[in-house]
Amino acid sequence: MHELAVTESVLEIAIRHAREQKARKITNLYLVIGQWSNVVDDSVQFYWDIISEGTIAKGATLHFRRVKVELICQDCGQEYQPANDNLACPKCGSTHVKVKTGEEFSLEAIDVEE
Amino acid sequence: MTQRIPVVEKILSANDRLALENQARFDGAHVLALNFMASPGAGKTSLIEQTVKGLQGHLRIGMINGDIATSMDADRAQAAGAIAVQINTGGDCHLDAVMVQSAIAQLDLTVLDLVIIENVGNLICPAEFKLGTHKSVLVASIPEGDDKPYKYPGMYRGVDAVVINKIDLLPYVPFRMDFFKKGIEVLNPGVTQFVLSCRTGEGLSGWLEWLQKQVKEYRKV
Repeated sequence: MHELAVTESVLEIAIRHAREQKARKITNLYLVIGQWSNVVDDSVQFYWDIISEGTIAKGATLHFRRVKVELICQDCGQEYQPANDNLACPKCGSTHVKVKTGEEFSLEAIDVEE
Repeated sequence: MTQRIPVVEKILSANDRLALENQARFDGAHVLALNFMASPGAGKTSLIEQTVKGLQGHLRIGMINGDIATSMDADRAQAAGAIAVQINTGGDCHLDAVMVQSAIAQLDLTVLDLVIIENVGNLICPAEFKLGTHKSVLVASIPEGDDKPYKYPGMYRGVDAVVINKIDLLPYVPFRMDFFKKGIEVLNPGVTQFVLSCRTGEGLSGWLEWLQKQVKEYRKV
């Protein structure tokens, strides 16, 4: 539901960086989205097609790099992807864990034409 | 010629910057600000009512309420004794820093100690948008079910306290407290938790004490 706001922000960041480089056109955008950040690719794509219209980013392709959730057990060092209904360490059962990846939510790079 | 430009910018960085400005406004007036998040019907407004009543004479409380439509919640908070401002998001599923900025402008912060921002009832979107509050509180409730931390990890990860409301319904609803708490423990180790009922008042005193302590500690800094 909040993908419109997210997409507007992506557009604003991309255009700002393209202008700094005096680029005339944005052709590709590379987004990194962790599994635990609540963003739906299809929704972003849907809004993108609408809001990029009439900007230097019109027609640019969105590339999504999805990052899976990986946790690290702070007691035994095990790295793992959690199960649906059990987030604890599968090796030692500890709940003392840290999130290694899966919360990313950024625009990594853009391709521009001068 | 095509050229790749590294950007590496958080997608909601513009919102984050504005949130910092909001926080500076609160800090300028020495007002502690809280972001209340929950699913619809968990009891955010009930908890605010109980909080305002319970701390009457101790803390002066302002409330910013975000809802898609109506001012029913702000009216309830006002009736309980808070100074309330309503934001109608007109369909948006969350509050963002821009909406909060305009709401702050309608509050006289100099006569307040604490501002509670009641976010739109939703366990997904509000987690992504910083508002400029000092602390976030998640209000969960027994009838929602014990699997919510597992289904909405993003929400449970970012908060400073979890209030588990409606414990008076525990005899009637299947709810494994151990399973629920184990999920929270992994996502947010050591997070402050309160188990209470806004309806019966059970457990409320611990919450009110914690809140007063937060205000006291904030003022020291």
